[in-house]
Amino acid sequence: MIRTWLNQHWFVFILALKRLLSAPVTNLLSILVMGIAISLPAGVYTLMENLHAISGQTSISPQISLFLKQHATQDDIDHIRTKLTENKLVVHFQFISKDQALYQLQLDNGLNEVVQNLAHNPLPDAFTVDTQDVNTDAIDQLRTDMQTWPAIEHAQFDSAWAKRLEALLNFGRILILVLFTLLSVAIVAIMFNTIRLQILTRQKEIEVSKLIGATDPFIRRPFLYFGAIQGFAGGVTAWLIITFVLQILNDELQAIAGLYAMDLQLRSLEYGDTVSLLLFATWLGWLGARVSVANHLWQIEPR
Amino acid sequence: MIQFRHVSKRFPDGYMALNNIDLNIDAGEMVFVTGHSGAGKSTLLKLIAAIERPTSGSIAINGQNIAQLKPAALPFLRRKIGFVFQDHKLLFDRNVFENVLLPLQISGFEQNTAASRIRAALDKVGLLGKEKVLPVTLSGGEHQRLCIARAIVHRPAILIADEPTGNLDSAYAQDIMAMFYSFHQVGVTVLIATHDAGLLENNKHRVIALQQGKLTA
Ligand SMILES: Nc1ncnc2c1ncn2[C@@H]1O[C@H](COP(=O)(O)OP(=O)(O)OP(=O)(O)O)[C@@H](O)[C@H]1O
Ligand SMILES: [Mg+2]
Repeated sequence: MIRTWLNQHWFVFILALKRLLSAPVTNLLSILVMGIAISLPAGVYTLMENLHAISGQTSISPQISLFLKQHATQDDIDHIRTKLTENKLVVHFQFISKDQALYQLQLDNGLNEVVQNLAHNPLPDAFTVDTQDVNTDAIDQLRTDMQTWPAIEHAQFDSAWAKRLEALLNFGRILILVLFTLLSVAIVAIMFNTIRLQILTRQKEIEVSKLIGATDPFIRRPFLYFGAIQGFAGGVTAWLIITFVLQILNDELQAIAGLYAMDLQLRSLEYGDTVSLLLFATWLGWLGARVSVANHLWQIEPR
Repeated sequence: MIQFRHVSKRFPDGYMALNNIDLNIDAGEMVFVTGHSGAGKSTLLKLIAAIERPTSGSIAINGQNIAQLKPAALPFLRRKIGFVFQDHKLLFDRNVFENVLLPLQISGFEQNTAASRIRAALDKVGLLGKEKVLPVTLSGGEHQRLCIARAIVHRPAILIADEPTGNLDSAYAQDIMAMFYSFHQVGVTVLIATHDAGLLENNKHRVIALQQGKLTA
């Protein structure tokens, strides 16, 4: 029973492949069109993933700076330490004493002489606080809260950067969603038409099959396989396009990154994303075929 | 096995092709349907395979009223029947072997069993040497024989043949008829529509005559 079933499906799979190869140019063209259509949103997605990764790398992840009052005592510092440890939003924090800060200033900015001439250290003790990557409103709320803690002179959240990045990422997400939706519809439409033409050329075969006892699923199957295979091929094409374009971009980036002594590398789709891409493309092809078959098959009634 | 009760068929254009037909065909019986061109022979046969539906009356096969069958159940009725179509309905983009393979694919036969059955069927109709040939290169009589091979390959319980000897010379017509007799002998219910009077000479089986959509005998 299962063997027969497998046999039938294997046979239909081969049949669909044969049909695909029987008109290589036409089918290659529509695979290419599908590949390009899928590669647009998937490409934007890949770029965004990269942007996200780079932003993490360059510590644009949300950070709050806490500057303490000049007269803050060791007790105050310990108290803040405890509060930070207890806060769930805080991922990591670092204490920078005023002496450390001054030393750093000397080293970094070559202000050696200026510092030497200071009567006393004007810098405050400070904490840098890395927070979870939640939305900026929550972090802003946390900052306002911290401002009221004792011995805190000033709590600063450099939100402009984070907000800009968040807006950009949000924009990207919406763009991807819109692109994905529109182009998915386009792919379904392409497949709808491809299958419609196939059904027209195979009208006689469908009619005869119905006459000698073929069930609707039997008649549908080769068309569905055809759609799925073509969708899959479109997905592979999209993957190739993205990888190829990223390769070109990487070569260019390498030159720029060299100037800034940074390691900038755009990565292609991850393994999981690649699998999702292929599955989604296959499903789109199948869906287009399914809708087309449902629309056209009942019109062919044997006489 | 096949029962017609007050069956009428009126085509959408208003033409009354069959008029109040009552008919009983037993399992294993061999029956000829005769009548002038346009008498309704093909329509009668198509009603049995539910290719046409009656406008009134009921048709039962094995006690089951086929008017009540859901569309999804029709294929399984048709698989019990082998149908030799008057216009053959061969697929011209498939070779002889593949044409006969179709009913077996539909019923989900395993490849090897299918191949041996197909050869046996082609052997019966004398087309064994032409498995790889495309139907276009076959003669009219060979088309007819190919259609018969396709109708018998899945060993149906009912064999319906619409003018199966129309394009054949009398020698081949005799061969084909002998084949139908042999099916009848192993218990298959056989229905043959023909206006070939020669076929009915020395015939000891039942003959149903149609005239203008009505039974006359
Ligand atoms: N789909 C249809 N629509 C309208 N009229 C039809 C249709 N099919 C058949 N008819 C008519 O019904 C009548 C009976 O047709 P049928 O094909 O059953 O005749 P037949 O006895 O098989 O004739 P022949 O010996 O020429 O094959 C004919 O007059 C035909 O024109
Ligand atoms: Mg006829």
